[in-house]
Amino acid sequence: MRSSRHPTDVRRRMFLAGAAAVTLLPFAAEATPEALADAIKEVTGGAPLRAGKVTLDIPPIVENGNTVPMTVSVESPMTADDYVKAIHVFNEKNPQPHVFNAWLSPGNGKAVIGTRIKLADTQKIVAIAETSKGEFWNASAEVIITIAACIEEVT
Amino acid sequence: MANVLVNAPKTAKKGDTVEIKALIMHPMETGFRPGTNGRIIPRNIVEDFSATWNGREIFRMKMSPAIAANPFVSFSAVASESGIIAFRWTGDEGFAAEHQVNITVT
Amino acid sequence: MTGLRLAAVLIAVFTASFALAQGDGRRSGYQDMSPALQKMQDDDTANPAMLFVQAGASAWTEKAAAGKSCADCHGDASISMKGVAARYPAVAPETGQPVDLEGRINLCRTTRQLADPLAAESDGLLALGAYVALQSRGQPIAPPDDPRLSSLRAEGADLYKRRQGQLNLSCANCHDDNAGRKLAGASIPQGHPTGYPIYRLEWQALGSLKRRLRNCVVGLRAEPWPYEAREYLALESWLMVRARGLAIDAPAVRP
Repeated sequence: MRSSRHPTDVRRRMFLAGAAAVTLLPFAAEATPEALADAIKEVTGGAPLRAGKVTLDIPPIVENGNTVPMTVSVESPMTADDYVKAIHVFNEKNPQPHVFNAWLSPGNGKAVIGTRIKLADTQKIVAIAETSKGEFWNASAEVIITIAACIEEVT
Repeated sequence: MANVLVNAPKTAKKGDTVEIKALIMHPMETGFRPGTNGRIIPRNIVEDFSATWNGREIFRMKMSPAIAANPFVSFSAVASESGIIAFRWTGDEGFAAEHQVNITVT
Repeated sequence: MTGLRLAAVLIAVFTASFALAQGDGRRSGYQDMSPALQKMQDDDTANPAMLFVQAGASAWTEKAAAGKSCADCHGDASISMKGVAARYPAVAPETGQPVDLEGRINLCRTTRQLADPLAAESDGLLALGAYVALQSRGQPIAPPDDPRLSSLRAEGADLYKRRQGQLNLSCANCHDDNAGRKLAGASIPQGHPTGYPIYRLEWQALGSLKRRLRNCVVGLRAEPWPYEAREYLALESWLMVRARGLAIDAPAVRP
């Protein structure tokens, strides 16, 4: 049954025109779950992500996505034979999946890093801790954003 | 000279873990924002931040466009010996900034 | 931070927040923010506005064209500038006209330092404004008892209640009738200018009350007045009367 008012070839042209319009948008397509997974894999080499040890302290809802305070802390003795070598943080829906990478050593005493980040949409943030034993521990958090960073116009 | 605000204790007991905070003025333009003319404002971010204690690296961070403007970082370090804690930021458009603080460890 | 400085900061914050909650139901926008943002504002070692204060502190001692710096006349800002931000806009003796704090700084630059005025919203002007405003932190807003400001304040009160723009809303519609309710993720504040110049997350930079008022007017889909327009001075004068007694918490962080 034909439900559309338009003959098939007109609809096809409308679809192609629409698709072309979408690809001409001035900013890059938003990060996809695949981009996030790829970014994580670059760091872990495919090693399993264990849940635990990592605490991601970030507000669940923020007034403005331009400056979101966050702290990542990892339980670790930070001794020469057991310390956090690196902390990697990723996001799910910004135009690109990285947030930061940081490298640590026993000289830090504590594996705690605080910073402020930009979030373009309500999304999941993932923090991964890489230990000197070659293990990858992780935690994630959902943040609700009502006023987005990155993609809103300058006033 | 870049506008930097660093907070580290001036004195510490050997072996104590101290908190260090570093703030630098920088637009951290993501490269994804359209300007008032509709065209994308080019990326301009601080990409690398590192700290050394008497020349020994104690912290290094690679920042992405997802770090907020006027980037703020806080991290910890074990007070090992008296000397200089030095900070360095580098980024797009040849951006480079350095800062030092003295610390006395007893 | 040393114990003494930390104690001083904590005491300043405590007194400021104590004064912020008025018995008459008025409160600073600080109290409408999330704890995470309040913490960002309270920590002088992490508040992004302090970068501007630092620049202002160094500008305070910089000699301008006629070889004079602010410090040459005003000495230690923590003494000479205490309470100043709390009592502007005021009438400038040189011109007999009302000016806001930025206007006052520029009058000093042009008439005393024989230097060019700093451009509106420029880093230089904002930095000095932030440094001066900081010296009034904790002080109650004290608009001067000057009859020469009456008509300006009345104009401001009128503007405050006037509906404008495509949205056809007045300042009062949001900041009197709906303060405390949510607009997107943020609580609508009562609109008291206790924290200016503010580090607004939306701007990712420090900005003046004028800039914020412009944003509001644009938000109403009305044509914003030019920077030199009397409307801003009128509104600011009225807002300071409306906020009389509330403690200054500059330089503030706001969403």
